Amino acid sequence: MLRLPVVRHVAPTSLDEVIELLAGDGAMLAAGGTDLVPNLKRRQYPEAKTIVSLRRVAGLDGVSVADGGTIRIGALTTVARLATDDAVPEALREAAGAVASPQLRNRGTVGGNLCVDTRCHWLNVPDTWRQAAEPCLKAGGEMCWVAPAKKICWAVSSSDLAPAMIALDASVRLVGPDGERTAPVGELYRDDGLVHLAKAPNEILVEVIVPAPQGRRAGYRKLRRRGSIDFPILGVAASFRLEDGRVNDPRLVLGAVASSPVRVTAAEELLAGRPLTDALIAEAAELAGKSVRPMSNTDLTSRYRKRMVPVFVRRLLEDLAAD
Amino acid sequence: MTVNGTRYDRDVEPRTLLVHFLREELGLTGTHVGCDTSYCGACTVIVDGRSVKSCTYLAVAADGADVRTVEGVAVDGTLHPVQEGFWERHGLQCGFCTPGMIMSSVALLEQNPAPGEGEIRHAIEGNLCRCTGYHNIVRAVEYAAAKMRGEEPPAPDWEVPS
Repeated sequence: MLRLPVVRHVAPTSLDEVIELLAGDGAMLAAGGTDLVPNLKRRQYPEAKTIVSLRRVAGLDGVSVADGGTIRIGALTTVARLATDDAVPEALREAAGAVASPQLRNRGTVGGNLCVDTRCHWLNVPDTWRQAAEPCLKAGGEMCWVAPAKKICWAVSSSDLAPAMIALDASVRLVGPDGERTAPVGELYRDDGLVHLAKAPNEILVEVIVPAPQGRRAGYRKLRRRGSIDFPILGVAASFRLEDGRVNDPRLVLGAVASSPVRVTAAEELLAGRPLTDALIAEAAELAGKSVRPMSNTDLTSRYRKRMVPVFVRRLLEDLAAD
Repeated sequence: MTVNGTRYDRDVEPRTLLVHFLREELGLTGTHVGCDTSYCGACTVIVDGRSVKSCTYLAVAADGADVRTVEGVAVDGTLHPVQEGFWERHGLQCGFCTPGMIMSSVALLEQNPAPGEGEIRHAIEGNLCRCTGYHNIVRAVEYAAAKMRGEEPPAPDWEVPS
């Protein structure tokens, strides 16, 4: 049986205390713990000394809609709530409903899914397996088993919510020791498997702000081996408005193909201002397929996953065109 | 925390997981540990009305919570309709996944007393059965749903309609 390493656990009631505790040596932030705890069980964070729980901080959960239609989602809102709340845009409900399994959606949070650690076949195994080989970069070593030529960690961005949030032009509100700031969800990420979040470790994601959809069509599609449980090995989110039959403000975002979500700007530029015909959809899908290079570091082969990119993009855009 | 209606006050090590607390501290070994990483669902219990996977749930996080395990679903020796359904419709072979399957099914029926087959399949999608008994498990949950609504359960698949 896998047990947790010896850790302290603190659950303060104010955000200020959480921020202060996170500055401590080996502090790990936990909300639902559904990502942190299995990773700790596999000894992926040897530096871990203290689990700092957010759960007793009041006011961080819930979904509300402001007068102008702006949707505010607290970081501690469960993924299950996001999947079923009628105030939440359909694309987000689709993405939330595709996360893990019902039990983890009941426990996992919106903030936690957005910050979920990057994943790799070489890393997400029990430490006894990992010890059979030289440690990789993310395990504190000097090399990468996926692409040994370079000292780059290719661990995969595995959030289902992130691509959907970016497609809906959502922002996150972060609170840290120097006050708070708001940033587009896309700017929360770095394409680096080792340090995938562009925020300080003691900056806390407290809220997601989704602009009023205002006729925006949006959706999310997910590839994984099984119809449930699994992390994405490809996520596709798209959104646009149709004005006089032409595409306006399109967004196309891919998940689980790099260490951060990837916006396919070439396809967005192609789609903008044009009528959404089958030929245009096929062309955009091909562009999306060419824009990414999945590595051999997660489930199913990299070749297959790359071939599925245009297929999933095409299917999603066709569905949205028919809405 | 309250477990199956009984209140327990214990000091636990911060790293204690809910499943270890239930099994080792309280002796409630009905909740199983399968994959250890919250994929398989054998450790499913109900916390404050929601199904969760107790193998990655810190015991301290359940401080003050209402926890229900498979030991708590039968009342005074009478099987819960879900347990009866698993019995009547052969919803298990080896039985390893059964406690988790039962807790997911109980949680479903408390929220949705009349689920369709698709809803049942989605409700147990976080529980793996390696004997591939899903078909009979779905029939077991349909049996329980009918019983709990006070209706006659559907005839078993193996009964040829006359």
